[in-house]
Amino acid sequence: MDLELLRFNFFNIDSVINVYPLILKGLWMTIKLCLLVGPIGFISGMTLAGVYSLHIRSLNWFLMVYVDFFRSVPPLVLLIYVYYGLPFFGIEIPAFLAVLISFTLNSSSYYGEVVRAGIESIPAGQMEAARSSGLSRTQAMIYVILPQALRNVAPDLISNTVELIKATSIASVVALPELLRMARVGQDLEYNATPLVAAALIYLIMLWPVVRLLSRLERRMMSSH
Amino acid sequence: MDAFAEEFLNWEVMVKYFPDIVAGLWVTMGLALMVIVSGLILGLVLAVIRAFQIRPINLLIIAFVDIFRSLPPLVIIILLYFSIPMFGLNWSGFICSWIALSLVLASFVEEIYWAGITSVHKGQWEAARSTGLSFFETLIYVVLPQVIRMTIPPLTNRTIVIAKNTALASVVAVQEMLTVAQTSLAYAANSSPLTLAALGYLMMFLPLVILSRYIESRFAWKR
Amino acid sequence: MSNSPLLEVVNLRKSFATLEVLKGVDFTILPQELVFIIGPSGSGKSTMLRCCNLLEEPTAGSVLFKGQEISKPNVDIDTIRQHIGMVFQSFNLYPHMTALQNITLALRKVKKIPTSESQDRAMSALEQVGLAEKHDSHPNQLSGGQQQRVAIARSIAMEPDVMLFDEPTSALDPELVGGVLNVMHKLRNDGMTMIVVSHEMRFAQEAADRVLFVDGGLIIEQNTPEEIFNNPQNQRTREFLSRVSDH
Repeated sequence: MDLELLRFNFFNIDSVINVYPLILKGLWMTIKLCLLVGPIGFISGMTLAGVYSLHIRSLNWFLMVYVDFFRSVPPLVLLIYVYYGLPFFGIEIPAFLAVLISFTLNSSSYYGEVVRAGIESIPAGQMEAARSSGLSRTQAMIYVILPQALRNVAPDLISNTVELIKATSIASVVALPELLRMARVGQDLEYNATPLVAAALIYLIMLWPVVRLLSRLERRMMSSH
Repeated sequence: MDAFAEEFLNWEVMVKYFPDIVAGLWVTMGLALMVIVSGLILGLVLAVIRAFQIRPINLLIIAFVDIFRSLPPLVIIILLYFSIPMFGLNWSGFICSWIALSLVLASFVEEIYWAGITSVHKGQWEAARSTGLSFFETLIYVVLPQVIRMTIPPLTNRTIVIAKNTALASVVAVQEMLTVAQTSLAYAANSSPLTLAALGYLMMFLPLVILSRYIESRFAWKR
Repeated sequence: MSNSPLLEVVNLRKSFATLEVLKGVDFTILPQELVFIIGPSGSGKSTMLRCCNLLEEPTAGSVLFKGQEISKPNVDIDTIRQHIGMVFQSFNLYPHMTALQNITLALRKVKKIPTSESQDRAMSALEQVGLAEKHDSHPNQLSGGQQQRVAIARSIAMEPDVMLFDEPTSALDPELVGGVLNVMHKLRNDGMTMIVVSHEMRFAQEAADRVLFVDGGLIIEQNTPEEIFNNPQNQRTREFLSRVSDH
């Protein structure tokens, strides 16, 4: 194997210098996307779980179908459906909005499942104690149940968020100028894979510490049983 | 409503492209099955090797697992697809996707098994070793059976998530279901082929998702 | 006026699915009374208690608090519940809060008392149960007996008109029971109205004004503790008491 060729293709300093403004722009878009999609998905997921905990049978059926549906369809399929499918119907939407819609549908389902599991892990006595002191259902949920529930499922919540951040890379398929998209543009400009390697390194720097933390949390969770 | 049906549930279009979509479905299923089998096996092997606690090897495994858990699968697929020719190899998009997704699944599986192995009480090891079982025998006959039961819910969930990622292979020109649907969509100027593909995914994964719900309540991993 | 009943339960019935747990129960509680409910497990005594603050919704019959029917659907039950304290078998302290925060939560959110004042009230409630120095501890840092005393403080800080005790000592190690019973004794001497479901027969003999014996979802017999324990009228009461005193 030719080491010089390897260096030229994967660790090309000149290419990095040429494309780094592109890469930074992409990174910024990825960050904006995460800051928007993360909280929206989390809050809608929490709402789903809160509604689920009311135990209204017909509503729960509907919620379960919603969650299972969006857990069964790959996010990329959903995104393409929204982005390429709707325009034929006369609804033209920008890539950013298409990403936002499909990610919200997808991530609310995942977050919803996690939070629901968290709520169900709290003994019934907690709700009873809170209600018997005069707190309303919503107050009991906010002050007593959710703080414990979210703590119990913290590893799953973090893991979900990591998956969400990673998944934003599929927005490149609809040409949204995020990190991976910009790296591929750079790759085309420079005729080598260095911009891709750079993007991969950025993902690694952002997520490796979280993944490490996660391993510890998950192990602690499993050991405590 | 008619316009909606015309666009998304056009019978004529669906019938016309049905055979193509089915062909894509087979590719998707084949890829998913290959990823699941190789990912699960490789993950288990890595966890068993890690149990021997040989420091340099462990560090390698940890680095491998962390990297493949941190990188977006799409980045890994594309990186592999574009760099493999430079090593003088000529792998198809299918092979690249298979390898990339298998490595991702293996990383998660290793991590889950390892968490399970460390959670088995020390007394189990001591009891087994005190009866004369070797380290390896203890691992195989005493520890792993407990681990596998405990790790079934997280394993199922993770496997579903990564098997769904086979749709990413469309980016490297694999003729799987999403690619076929997108091509058909362009030819037909109509979204119905995508609806068919979405139905195909539902058919494949909905039973698994429902199964995972059942498993989760059966094997409840009590917190 | 002070002899009008605080709590009235009329023809109370409760079914879970097809199982009828309460088959028509009537009783009244007068102000400052301590009423003890005894009976075999599965007799429906806990359900009876939990119907008093509508933690269980009665299938039929009515519950009246200070003359107001609270078992009707349009009653704002949260407003009523702040006047009815409850202490649980498993304490049900909030594990993510300190002892003090456990007590102030309802003061702040239900009674809308400002934070500093609610803290003062919580501290004096903790003093009443002898745990003022533990105000900063989380429940997992306290013994079972201490947790139950904090739970009692959480109830009394709300200054309820009546307190419900659901087997408050059943989950405690024997040596920790005394501390909790002492606190309950003190409450009784201060004139608190109390309904207690418990197996602490000695405490019933010493402190109760009235004892209800419940079996099979019905009140079989009710009387003063002297009469119930020394001169039970009903065969089932006698059998139950002899079984209990065997241990």
